Amino acid sequence: MSNSAKITISCRINQRPCSFETYPMTRLIDLIRDDEHFTGTKEGCGEGECGACSVLMNGELVNSCLVPAVQVNGADIITIEGIIRENKFSALQEAFVDFGGVQCGICTPGMVMATVYLLGKNPNPTEAEIREAIAGNICRCTGYTKIFEAIQHACGKLGALQ
Amino acid sequence: MRGYVPAYEVKSPETLTEALSILQAQPGKWKPLAGGTDLMVLLESGVLENRNLLNLQGLKELTGISVSPAEITIGALSTFRQILEHDLLKTEFPLLAAAARSIGAIAIQNRATIGGNIANASPAADSPPALIAHDAVIELVSSTGSRRLSYAEFHQGYKKTQLATDELIRAIILPRTQADTGSNDFFFYRKVGTRKAQAISKICFAGRFHPCSPGNLRLVFGSVAPTVLRCIQTEAIIQGGGLDLKTIQKAKDSLTRELSPIDDIRSTAEYRLRVSLNLLEDFLILARQKQSHVELGS
Repeated sequence: MSNSAKITISCRINQRPCSFETYPMTRLIDLIRDDEHFTGTKEGCGEGECGACSVLMNGELVNSCLVPAVQVNGADIITIEGIIRENKFSALQEAFVDFGGVQCGICTPGMVMATVYLLGKNPNPTEAEIREAIAGNICRCTGYTKIFEAIQHACGKLGALQ
Repeated sequence: MRGYVPAYEVKSPETLTEALSILQAQPGKWKPLAGGTDLMVLLESGVLENRNLLNLQGLKELTGISVSPAEITIGALSTFRQILEHDLLKTEFPLLAAAARSIGAIAIQNRATIGGNIANASPAADSPPALIAHDAVIELVSSTGSRRLSYAEFHQGYKKTQLATDELIRAIILPRTQADTGSNDFFFYRKVGTRKAQAISKICFAGRFHPCSPGNLRLVFGSVAPTVLRCIQTEAIIQGGGLDLKTIQKAKDSLTRELSPIDDIRSTAEYRLRVSLNLLEDFLILARQKQSHVELGS
């Protein structure tokens, strides 16, 4: 089987300009984890079902396991490490810990990314809107209630800070 | 097991003209890649057979939702997020907005495109029943020109469409004539899956009813036949007999004849048929309530 030519991909990950020599169908999650060593982004299913690999690409929430490198050129990527650097969301992270929303931890980065995306669009979400926002993120530990309560609590706090 | 990533070659044309000439020069060689939410899953499971992909991402000619007095044109690369957040689509074409919202979850809706959903031609796809119920038209384009056809005629069999090897889907066109009839249209979209989000349909149904225009009745099912299916015989029974319980029973008998559900990994033929009949009955009973409100002038 012959290999296709590698291509050059330039993008920004967590504000850092990055350049990759890679195959066009290499997954974004592999660039993030293996090349840039931002290992906060987790791989759960590898087929867009579980949301553990969620990142922001040009401000939109995406599953990084479903984005080929060839479509990343010029993009602005934010991973969970990029969120931590912005202190804006520390109340959200604390709420996840305080309410027991973090157990094994594999889903947590994706849950936080989905919540950050929600709050960016809608700072005062309803219960139904929170549930829809994290519907693409699967957790096998918490039964979701603790995560849901953490987000609700954080929304109140983040709202009060604004 | 994941496909061997280095084996896949991708061309990224910068214009539609360039993309179409690539398709014309080597018919069948290049498989279009849009949002990747289907093809990347195939690649991950090692069954993406076509090793030559045509990345459509840069083609501005296939993007955007435009509105004219007669129609709304949805570029093939429009994502389901763009569709479900479009105010006019939400009010005038609510079946499509509901379908868009039922697909995957937010991260999928942000990437998956309507053109990809159509071209993938799965009988379990969620947007086709809504598009048929809205009388959508599809525009196909090739190096030699473009053509429009009724979307209801586009899917011809299991994974078989009218798209030629040198063609791309340019847009979906929704005729706004139905908007004239205004608020009396009753729309009903239901997707039944294992869970509410991130599920592939076991059954999907789009219904449209207008109390004063029986010709506007549409009954369209997904996942219960080799392709998305408009149930014309069942529509005719309601159009001829109205919405009394006896006619609704006749409609259910007819639907049993029109559908051909199968057992597969997601569901059984028996379950699919039972739920389809229940959905039809729910829809028709709600339609009858809508009709009596109109007759009472409320």
